[in-house]
Amino acid sequence: MTSLVDQLIVLVMLINFAALGSGRLAVAIRAVALQGVILGILPVLIHSFSWHLVVITGGLILAKGIIIPWLLTGAIVRARISREMEPYLGYVPTLLIGAITTGLSFVFAARLPLAPEHQGLLFVPAAIATLLTGFIVLVTRRKAISQVIGYLMLENGIFLFGLLLTEAMPVMVEAGVLLDLIVGIFVMGIIINQISREFSSIDTSRLTTLRD
Amino acid sequence: MEASTAGPDNPVSLVIAGALLIGASGIPGLFLPKKLDWGQKCASLTVVLGSILGIIGALATLFTERTASYTLVSSLPFGPLEAGIDPLSAFFLLPVFIVSACCAVYGTGYWPASHHPRTAPRLTFFFGMLASSLTLIPLARNGVLFLIFWEIMALSAYFALATDDLEQEVRDASLIYLVATHASTLTLFACFSLLKATAGSFSFPAATALDGTTPLGAAIFVTALLGFGLKAGVMPLHVWLPGAHASAPSHVSALMSGVLIKMGIYGIVRILSFFGMVPPWWGMVLLMAGIVSGILGVAFAVGQHDLKRLLAYHSIENIGIIVMGLGVALIGRGAGLPLLVVLGFGGALLHVLNHALFKSLLFLGAGAVIHEAGTREIDRLGGLGRRMPWTAALFLTGAVAICGLPPLNGFVSELLVYLGFFSGLVQEKGAAAPLLGLAAPALAMVGGMAVLCFVKVFGTVFLGQPRSADAAGCHEPGWAMRGPMLLLAILCAAIGLLPVALPRLLEPALFAWSPQLPFAGIRLAEAAPFGWITLMGLVLLLAILGIGAWLWKRVTDQPRGRAGTWDCGFARPTARMQYTASSFAEMFVNLFAAVLRPRVHPPQVQGLFPGKSAFSSHVPEAVLELVMAPLLAAMDRRFSLARKLQHGRLHLYILYIFVTLALLLAWAY
Repeated sequence: MTSLVDQLIVLVMLINFAALGSGRLAVAIRAVALQGVILGILPVLIHSFSWHLVVITGGLILAKGIIIPWLLTGAIVRARISREMEPYLGYVPTLLIGAITTGLSFVFAARLPLAPEHQGLLFVPAAIATLLTGFIVLVTRRKAISQVIGYLMLENGIFLFGLLLTEAMPVMVEAGVLLDLIVGIFVMGIIINQISREFSSIDTSRLTTLRD
Repeated sequence: MEASTAGPDNPVSLVIAGALLIGASGIPGLFLPKKLDWGQKCASLTVVLGSILGIIGALATLFTERTASYTLVSSLPFGPLEAGIDPLSAFFLLPVFIVSACCAVYGTGYWPASHHPRTAPRLTFFFGMLASSLTLIPLARNGVLFLIFWEIMALSAYFALATDDLEQEVRDASLIYLVATHASTLTLFACFSLLKATAGSFSFPAATALDGTTPLGAAIFVTALLGFGLKAGVMPLHVWLPGAHASAPSHVSALMSGVLIKMGIYGIVRILSFFGMVPPWWGMVLLMAGIVSGILGVAFAVGQHDLKRLLAYHSIENIGIIVMGLGVALIGRGAGLPLLVVLGFGGALLHVLNHALFKSLLFLGAGAVIHEAGTREIDRLGGLGRRMPWTAALFLTGAVAICGLPPLNGFVSELLVYLGFFSGLVQEKGAAAPLLGLAAPALAMVGGMAVLCFVKVFGTVFLGQPRSADAAGCHEPGWAMRGPMLLLAILCAAIGLLPVALPRLLEPALFAWSPQLPFAGIRLAEAAPFGWITLMGLVLLLAILGIGAWLWKRVTDQPRGRAGTWDCGFARPTARMQYTASSFAEMFVNLFAAVLRPRVHPPQVQGLFPGKSAFSSHVPEAVLELVMAPLLAAMDRRFSLARKLQHGRLHLYILYIFVTLALLLAWAY
């Protein structure tokens, strides 16, 4: 069982690189959706069966695997874009930075003062790596959709970390996080549409004219 | 939220209930149809109700001399958030509640929703928030809680002030106000942090618990003086005040001038109450600041010809008088002279109440004129006394009160401050003695110039002939506007004629500020001749009435006819040939030209038959234009590099967060 969990976590980390390296937005969206689905399956594998788990898994797969990708795909169709044309930093450098941060997150996780039963698990470094990858996407990409993808990865990283605590995490907290996320993405989807309507582009660097 | 010591009989519950009612008063109006007046009317009714509750609570505290408090249980890391009431807070709450109620009622007539559907609901809401925060500030017993209320006050005042936001002038004045108020808050952050370093927690220490002779004490005093002085409008920190008071709707100006700037005074008073031992220079600095504010404030006022700007400069003058009183009290505390503390602090406190009453009366009166005539330019008005007799009489009452003339309230508080100066001259033997000697003639000069200024205003606005068609078409406003003014005028007269009741209100606040004072054996009732003031006031009033009746009888007995006044031989005199406000004040303005920097644009007269020409003159805000603006422009140039950090690129902002996070993690290891 543990080996399967570890393989899935490695897959999550690989998906990070897929999202970092792909120029097509549709690919990135699907990658993040897949990441979400895997994260939805993980709790079932590591904890014993309970209705609480079923609800979490179902909710996660529904939200991250279906609803959010569907919203985002709709947004890119409406805004008529398919590629992140001009990132601040090219794909190869971001991939390199992603590799470095993933490596560093292993070093960092080893030094964290964790509870003894969590020592040596893949969860912690994978969570930090996903979080940092989300940050990299946020910082280096220009299109508003890419920013949403960055936030999603950030949230996935947080969730992965939270998996260590699923037993202790009450349903309300889970539901709150999910609701936050959906509302956040929904608002962003609306804002993206508005931006593209106002500026006929969803390039967030154009928003600098809105400063004081 | 949890009540620790409070029950229904506790005055603090009444005051907090009043504050919450006032704060919520504007909310229903936001959701009602905008054209309807009744949201606004309900709001003003709620404010009046809340104010009555609050006044009962405040008076109960003053009469029972009890202190009571609530502790809000919160998870914030600033110690217990305590809100309480003591006689000192209660005294400051009195004018807040009275003026808020009057201004709220006045607002329904002055800024009715049916005429201003776009702005009235917003104004009503922010007016309620402002009045509510003003009542909460004196209740705060914790530095952080104080600053929270302080910021609510600052921001709601900004939105209330910027009501007429389509006018460029209003937007400029609001911006200057915003900059000034944030500078004030920033200084107060430093002040309360220093206070925490001295007292050990953000909770306010007990009265006279700290030692003021340490360097840290000096730093607290200086930062408090700067931060609260900015809000109170002490010269030369007053730059925001004239523009803001002139641009706000009149009832907001009345609230700002009557009460909001008093919160600066409250802050100084509260901070000073913590210090038992004070070095002599504190009192001298305050006294000097008061003298400068008093004289220059009224000097600038004489030069103005915008009615509300003029009143705004008078606020600076009166803040000067209050600060002078505080200076006397502080000199007394430093030198161990209880008589000076009683007279100086009593005078300052009473002047806080008095100024709140007569200045809001004057602003409301000015608002009635502006509402009818549609202009603030004194030189376009004239002859309103015949058209608006109520407003004229009430404005005159306020004018006599602000000039410090008997038998009204301004006289009583200024007399207390004078008595403080004179007893200081007799008792004080240190370095402050010459300054006290200088202060008495300075205050006399302030009073004289105030009389000059209000002769100018009343003569130009209410007497003579109308100088424009706007002024000619004025008539008396409704009772919603006249009623609050009448109430304020009655209160002014009551305090002026019956000051014997005052020690009952002032002494509890005085003893809360200075707990050792009761043991010195000096009572306010014995230190000042309140009985004589009543007697003299009544005699004066009877004499005025008697002479007036005699004159009236003499005039009505004679046969009368109507004729023009002597027109100096002009064939076609017009109303514009009357003395204007600027010509009345011209000699004075030229005397003070070194400070006031008047700008005169003389007419160009050329040739034998010169064409039309124009003359104009004005007294600008000299400190703002000649000192602050160049200083800020220079700072802007120096700090322009820092603006590159604020570039508007979202990605880099996220990078800032990331870098901060990484640095914090690295620092934690």
